[in-house]
Amino acid sequence: MNSGPMIEVENLTKRYGRHTAVNNVSFTVARGEIVGLLGPNGAGKSTIMRVLACFLPATEGTARVAGLDVFHAADAVRRRIGYMPENNPLYPDMRVREYLKFRARLKGLDVPRSRERVDVVTEQCGLADVAQRIIGTLSKGYRQRVGLADALVHEPDLIILDEPTIGLDPHQIRAVRQLIKDLARKHTVLISSHILPEIELTCQRVIILYQGRVLAADSTADLQSRLGRNGEVVAEVAAPADELRRCWEAMDTVEHAEVIPVKDGYCRCTLVPRAGVDLRPVVFQTVVDRGWSLRELSHSPATLEDIFVRVTRPDREEDLF
Amino acid sequence: MRAFATLLRREFSAYFLSLTGYVIISAVLLLIGLSFLLMLRAFNNDTLNAPLTEGFYSVMFFWLILLLAGPLITMRLFAQEKATGTFETLMTAPVSDRQVVLAKYTAALGFYVVTWLPLLPCLLVVHRYTSSGAPFEWGPTASTGLGILLIGSVFVSLGCLASALTRSQMIAATVSLAFGVGFFLLSFLKYTVTSHSGWFARAAARLSLIEHMEDFARGVVDTRPVVLYLTLTAFFLFLTLKAVEGRRWR
Repeated sequence: MNSGPMIEVENLTKRYGRHTAVNNVSFTVARGEIVGLLGPNGAGKSTIMRVLACFLPATEGTARVAGLDVFHAADAVRRRIGYMPENNPLYPDMRVREYLKFRARLKGLDVPRSRERVDVVTEQCGLADVAQRIIGTLSKGYRQRVGLADALVHEPDLIILDEPTIGLDPHQIRAVRQLIKDLARKHTVLISSHILPEIELTCQRVIILYQGRVLAADSTADLQSRLGRNGEVVAEVAAPADELRRCWEAMDTVEHAEVIPVKDGYCRCTLVPRAGVDLRPVVFQTVVDRGWSLRELSHSPATLEDIFVRVTRPDREEDLF
Repeated sequence: MRAFATLLRREFSAYFLSLTGYVIISAVLLLIGLSFLLMLRAFNNDTLNAPLTEGFYSVMFFWLILLLAGPLITMRLFAQEKATGTFETLMTAPVSDRQVVLAKYTAALGFYVVTWLPLLPCLLVVHRYTSSGAPFEWGPTASTGLGILLIGSVFVSLGCLASALTRSQMIAATVSLAFGVGFFLLSFLKYTVTSHSGWFARAAARLSLIEHMEDFARGVVDTRPVVLYLTLTAFFLFLTLKAVEGRRWR
């Protein structure tokens, strides 16, 4: 197996008539990564995935999967991809096992191999109980698993899932998420979502799309430190509010401080540090030096949600680059 | 080849997984039965001089079946997959557009043949009770079958095209029915152009489905209609392939 990147997208542009759905997008995904495509509806996530899955050709630019061009070597690329489109379309009148076998055969597995693989993915996706049920009678969570099983059945190198958890209840979402995480050990996974916690929990790296362009692409942690404000430090200290305010304002490592008196003589201080500073030891030391008592000291990192909102606000775009 | 066989089996069995297939078969069965009922009443115990198939053909239900079956059988082929989104999973599997089109066409044509199968036992039963010892005419029966297959092939390929152009099954059925009936009505064109005997009149005379079918039912296999029907089928399938590929340059 060659060791180049799994996905290479270069200057990809896709226009539908006059509408530009994807505008000059470039990114790469290394083997074994779980990468999330994140963006509001209409950002171009599904279009990029359709191009990668050889369903639509790009208007301009190139995309390669495992070094193979998606347009010129479409058949070879399709064999390497397990793709689950948005809304997970299935044939509702077929039985689960029958459907998976059909898909396995369609993807070029011979009879013994397809039987073997169908058994494996049925087990892997927790479909053993419903293998003989008609797909149309299954709950949405089970259908989603059938879609996943279909994407996995031919052991693809790359799995592309378009909004895999949309419309599921929290239990089902948790199950599907766990399934995706398990996949990552063997496969490269590309997921799209507009639900942020989803991406934050499952992906190592995020590509944020907005109006067909890449706004940011980095590991979740790096994005948090690069774009986020380093989060906030919350401390509850027993001291007069005025004194606390003066104290925090005097510190040059604190960018912004908010002090709100709460019960029992304590004040709740929310401190925003300057970039790259961990305020917690400083706060602790200050409190100890002054002889105050401290009952809470915590740090909350900026969530992807904060970053996302900042990044996709049109007026804030220029701050980033 | 493996993908083609897999697709063919899926497409063919799809007719029997839902009620559609059974409804179409029952309807055709009913119409064939009615045809024979009317035919036998018309002959009213006279001995038949012409082949049985010709008698069957002369009942107009024949054309009703021929014209309706195509659109009904083919309307779901592409339109349904497009409407439910399964077209995307299908086309992102390692199969070529050509395999998909051919598999769907072959499955539909196969199902069309299945719907016509009851005709054979009907003919045999009627023969058993009407002819006094004369042998069953296999020749005209085979040529009638060929005619039904060839004309059906044109209508099925036309239906494929209509279905590939839209995501609505209703529109697909309406369009293919309209064009199918239009093609059938060309049979009457020659009556309107008899006054001038140019190339147009001669072409019109060649396009008469009714006349072609009459020949087939009589046991006459003329190569000209055979070539016409095969060419039309190939043409419509080619257009279907282009329509399926069409998503690439849209």
